[in-house]
Amino acid sequence: MDKKLVIPGEFLSDDINRADEGTYVEDGKVYSSVFGIASLKNRIKVVSLSGKYIPRPGDMIVGIITEVSFSNWIVDIRSPYEGLLHISEFPRRIENTDMSKYLNVGDSIMALVADVDPTMKVELTLNDQRLRQIKEGRIIEVTPSKVPRLIGRSGSMIAMLKNETRCSIFVGQNGRILLTGKDKDLDLAVKAILKIERESHISGLTDRMTRFLKEEKGKQGKEPEKEVEKEEIKTEEHIEEEKIAVEHEKVEEEKSGGILDELLGNGK
Amino acid sequence: MSKPEKLIENGIRLDGRKPDELRPIKIKVGVLNRADGSCYFEFGGNKVIAAVYGPREVHPRHQQKSTSAVVRYRYNMASFSVEERKRPGPDRRSIEVSKVSREALEPVIFEEYFPRSAIDIFVEVLQADAGTRTAGINAASIALADAGIPMKSLVSACAVGKVDDTLVLDLNKDEDNYGQADMPIAMTPDGKITLLQMDGHLTNEEFKEGLEMAKRGCVAISEMQKAALVEKYSSQVEGDVLE
Repeated sequence: MDKKLVIPGEFLSDDINRADEGTYVEDGKVYSSVFGIASLKNRIKVVSLSGKYIPRPGDMIVGIITEVSFSNWIVDIRSPYEGLLHISEFPRRIENTDMSKYLNVGDSIMALVADVDPTMKVELTLNDQRLRQIKEGRIIEVTPSKVPRLIGRSGSMIAMLKNETRCSIFVGQNGRILLTGKDKDLDLAVKAILKIERESHISGLTDRMTRFLKEEKGKQGKEPEKEVEKEEIKTEEHIEEEKIAVEHEKVEEEKSGGILDELLGNGK
Repeated sequence: MSKPEKLIENGIRLDGRKPDELRPIKIKVGVLNRADGSCYFEFGGNKVIAAVYGPREVHPRHQQKSTSAVVRYRYNMASFSVEERKRPGPDRRSIEVSKVSREALEPVIFEEYFPRSAIDIFVEVLQADAGTRTAGINAASIALADAGIPMKSLVSACAVGKVDDTLVLDLNKDEDNYGQADMPIAMTPDGKITLLQMDGHLTNEEFKEGLEMAKRGCVAISEMQKAALVEKYSSQVEGDVLE
């Protein structure tokens, strides 16, 4: 097996040229710098089992507006650093005074990290075809370091999930995941994602997930009344996330036209 | 308790240990859900809990460093942790212990990875029985790893001292109170010392020998720290852990 669980300071290799993320080099030797899973194939790197999201340019993330200032929205990106979304990075020209009409405190957005400078000033942008304001769906949170595992090798895991649960899933690099679909399907998808997060360090994950989804779907098909019981055994985290989603829906109910409508000129 | 007549009898200490034997250690990783990393650590009669938060935003703002993270360490004894009720809140001793413990951990943390952020470490002593600062450092180092904070290595700590003219490892309360010297030491598994304090008297030779004893103690503790971390992820679910 070329993967193993390592602690900080564990010796990994003599070949410093292959040292990658999660490692450090001292006296010509490579050591692990975090507690996580080391892979020694090709590049030597250690994927941490926990830790905060550190933004990098090019990351797609899910953020929540926390403040509207003179010409910036300040966005919570689930990191030690806050994200700044400048008014000019909004897909169309708007006035300073109108900023909160388009994006207000509590709104969620899909955003792209445009730039991160050495003092960790994080600049976000909405100027991308794939990005939009989040109007409906559920947002759940997982450990950011598990995101690659959730996506799978060249997107295999997430594609499987989308297929099996019939949900549309957007995975932010910061560990926030947006799910849209039918309520029942969402429950299943959330369950599956939390399972992936919990068991990402155990081998044979994809097979286990395929089996899990089959079983769960079988249950759903046979006894739909079981749903009530499932509600009760939801984890605390899950409930919290649902609250977020519910709150979100409320916001959406209050104002009929979302940003897309406005963009398309439907509001006027 | 008054001073016992003899602290060591026939090479066996009051609690039945040999001079170079550690007290029993029990470690649990990830005991707090709200913290980013946490650890419960029992070291003989000591019971401490460590919680790590961060990297996170620095409050108050003026403490933040533009090129690295600030590490903050709070050592606190619960009012019920000692025989006579301890007045709650920071005092001269706990401020000192906080400072030296922070300095014992700072050299291994890659602070420069997280500019303008804070890494907060809280150590609560629930029950004290001599050597709480070493127990706190051991616990904090595991909690840091559990929080996913990049480090050069773990830090392990234990004390050596002199009682009845004999060097002993990891003093208990009576040996601490009535002994001739107490020397807490923290170090990385490869022998870099990050904390060394001493009260009492030791000769040059005793100091050197004591240091070697403490090193062996720390290596033993670091093995247990590693085992505890691995345990957290192997006990969770059935199936093969990548190892």
